[in-house]
Amino acid sequence: MAGIVGYGAYVPRHRIRIEEIAKIWGADAPAYRRGLMLEEKSVPSPDQDTITMAVEAARHALRRAGIDPKAIGAVYVGSESHPYAVKPSGTVVAEAIDATPEVHCADLEFACKAGSEAMFVALGLVQAGVMEYALAVGSDTSQGAPGDALEYSASAGAAAFIMGRTNVLAEAEYTFSYMTDTPDFWRREHQFYPRHASRFTGEPAYFRTILAAGRGLLAKAGLKPQDFAYAVFHQPNGKFPLRVGQMLGFTKEQMLPGLLCPKIGNTYSGSSPLGLTALLDVAKPGERIFMVSYGSGAGSDGFVWRVTERIEQVRDAAPKTWDLIGRRVKYIDYGTYAKFRGKIIKADD
Amino acid sequence: MAREVAIIGVGLSPWGELWDKSLRDLFVEAALNAIADAAVDHIDSMYVGCMSSGLFVGQEHLASLLSDYLGMGPIPAARVESACASGGLAMRCGFLEVASGMSDVVLVGGVEKMTDVGTDEATAALSTAADQEHEVFYGVTFPALYAMMARAHMRQYGTTREQLAQVAVKNHRHGALNPHAQFRHQITVEDVLASVMVADPLRVLDCSPITDGAAAVVMCSLETARKVCKKPIVKIAGIGHATDTIALHSREDLTFLRSASLAAERALKMANRTPEDIQLIELHDCFTIAELLVLESMGFVPKGKAGEATASGLTALGGKLPVNPSGGLKAKGHPVGATGVAQIVEVVQQLRGEAGDRQVEGARLGLTQNMGGTGGSSLVHILEVV
Amino acid sequence: MSSPKYWREVPQRFRLEAARCKTCGATHYPPRLVCPGCRGREFELVTLPRQGTLESFTVVRVASSAFVDQAPYAIGIVRLEGGVKMLTQVVDCEPEDLQVGMPVRLEFRRISEEGRAGIICYGHKAVPA
Repeated sequence: MAGIVGYGAYVPRHRIRIEEIAKIWGADAPAYRRGLMLEEKSVPSPDQDTITMAVEAARHALRRAGIDPKAIGAVYVGSESHPYAVKPSGTVVAEAIDATPEVHCADLEFACKAGSEAMFVALGLVQAGVMEYALAVGSDTSQGAPGDALEYSASAGAAAFIMGRTNVLAEAEYTFSYMTDTPDFWRREHQFYPRHASRFTGEPAYFRTILAAGRGLLAKAGLKPQDFAYAVFHQPNGKFPLRVGQMLGFTKEQMLPGLLCPKIGNTYSGSSPLGLTALLDVAKPGERIFMVSYGSGAGSDGFVWRVTERIEQVRDAAPKTWDLIGRRVKYIDYGTYAKFRGKIIKADD
Repeated sequence: MAREVAIIGVGLSPWGELWDKSLRDLFVEAALNAIADAAVDHIDSMYVGCMSSGLFVGQEHLASLLSDYLGMGPIPAARVESACASGGLAMRCGFLEVASGMSDVVLVGGVEKMTDVGTDEATAALSTAADQEHEVFYGVTFPALYAMMARAHMRQYGTTREQLAQVAVKNHRHGALNPHAQFRHQITVEDVLASVMVADPLRVLDCSPITDGAAAVVMCSLETARKVCKKPIVKIAGIGHATDTIALHSREDLTFLRSASLAAERALKMANRTPEDIQLIELHDCFTIAELLVLESMGFVPKGKAGEATASGLTALGGKLPVNPSGGLKAKGHPVGATGVAQIVEVVQQLRGEAGDRQVEGARLGLTQNMGGTGGSSLVHILEVV
Repeated sequence: MSSPKYWREVPQRFRLEAARCKTCGATHYPPRLVCPGCRGREFELVTLPRQGTLESFTVVRVASSAFVDQAPYAIGIVRLEGGVKMLTQVVDCEPEDLQVGMPVRLEFRRISEEGRAGIICYGHKAVPA
């Protein structure tokens, strides 16, 4: 059965606490902390972007997969912050990991589910027998509009998965995708910041879509929440994924090991994929992981993963996600954050 | 060599931040001064040392332009480049042309016009002396490269920040005695240590300035000199030229300047002299640390000891081996292409006894060392009064 | 940086491809046509390891125009495992924590870009290992 043969993560080291952001815009930081379970978020330094993080995550995945990169038949990078509007992120990643030139490459986007989308496509090609291995990366350095609610969570990170059919460490038992046209969050061409429809992003968008995808996936698989060791959902904040998980019948204990948002924020296309890497770091052979992503616009990709014996052999070949999250953390102030994120108006060249 | 070569005329343009003077003006002024000093009425050929007229003023084909502006008629003229050693290289080319018998009277000039562009662009132009793809690509600057050499020297030999500062203090003291220097004021060690940090541990006052200026010499065969020269004749007794890796990280020892070492060795051999014979040196103090590294690499002080030697006064005017009596690049200024020729001008004036308040008493044998980049090239000239 | 020049250098920048001289065994980064040690002309392609130590460093505070926004930043000479040296920036480290001899590894980063509309140049920088 096809599935994941290698996985890897990358999270930048800089953090900004929500109190720092709230101070500037006069918001109620304790309420954000309690109400949304947000504490701090990762900030990419100016020399980091979707591509650099994707390369490092992909390199970690390669270490676990232990394959010749030239055997990779496709490289897909899903993001809503590709460095170029026209010129693929995937080609840089493919060159950097030495998968070129006989490789298919595409950049994907679907708001926050561009990463799981890449995983769906990569998996499909391997399942169809079109290629031996395919790399999928979800990576983002998403921007939040200054003073907007989303500025407290929009962060940066990347997760990479190499799909294959041999030496699989997590089999893809079932997938289920659910999609409607829902204008909850969007960004028009040439706009610097995205916009959103406020409370409409909740029940009618995030919850309705994930619930539909989650129920559909459980039904297709003929499984119940109790059949899973872990569950991970898209994490726009700490509260929503716990609530939607519980609405589907999962427990907090199943979800907490993969709940990264309170510590690193919403890594958008990296969100549920990074959560998955954290779960793969601890899951035991035979255990199942339930994963449903969410991308505004709107849609969800659901996966049932079943971990194999192989995972114990390769898990330690690359850094674990919670270790990366805790590694050499440096807190910055809002001024530094604004400089790093290009939010300061400068004189034109 | 086929025949010996002498310098019969020297000249400088004003040096400084000269908004009113173009590159052509500067060169012509220096050249006319040298020609007048030589009291010759013609030039057979001309070499111009200039690092980057293309980047600084957008002008190539420089030698033809300048020979035209000098009114010298259709003489053969060529511009040569070796980054900051362009002037020294022009000297060597002129020497070869005279020594070979190809020409009799050759004008060698150096010029750089650096202030028509902003400081950022000047820094970028200067950085073309480093490896573009593997040094400059990462954002390294010249102060940064020399800073890494300084750090290595401080770590390996215990050279102190104060000793580095004393190089600048000494050179400013000399510059105060030089009417042509860009900076005539003195500075203290405290001034150096309080100046703005450029690249740890080098500060602004460890670095030579950006300068507009030109220098020129007239050289001819020794035989002709004896006939026409009314001043003490200074001959070029030895020349050494060597290159080294352009990138700093290609070298095993960051504190050894192989190009300076080999160039000095070759010049001394040609002149049939030893370091002990040299009475004064004009060397390439683009940064304070450079003066220490060059002195050691050329064998004038033991490895690691140049900091102490400077602190002890060995290299000050009045000391046993005055280094940079003109004020060096630090106080005199550093119009890049002109520097190598200006070093020659200083030593000639010293050997003729024309150096005024900065005269090294009884000077008969002097050495110049001109260097490109972080030591990718060095030219050493040994001059002797006849 | 011009597109053709940057594109030619992708194997060195992205994959740290170097050349080992078949005659004397010395490794050169970037690859060369002539071995400076033995003047050999035949080479085999090798990839440099991404681990090494910091040989010397400085912190650039006055930068050239393309790097002004990044200042202050550290520059270091890294001696990679196997002996090849390269110069690059040292990041994710406070200036006061930089030490000669500290272990570093190379990480993929943005090096520079041509304003808001030009190409982005990628390469490797050193981070504390």
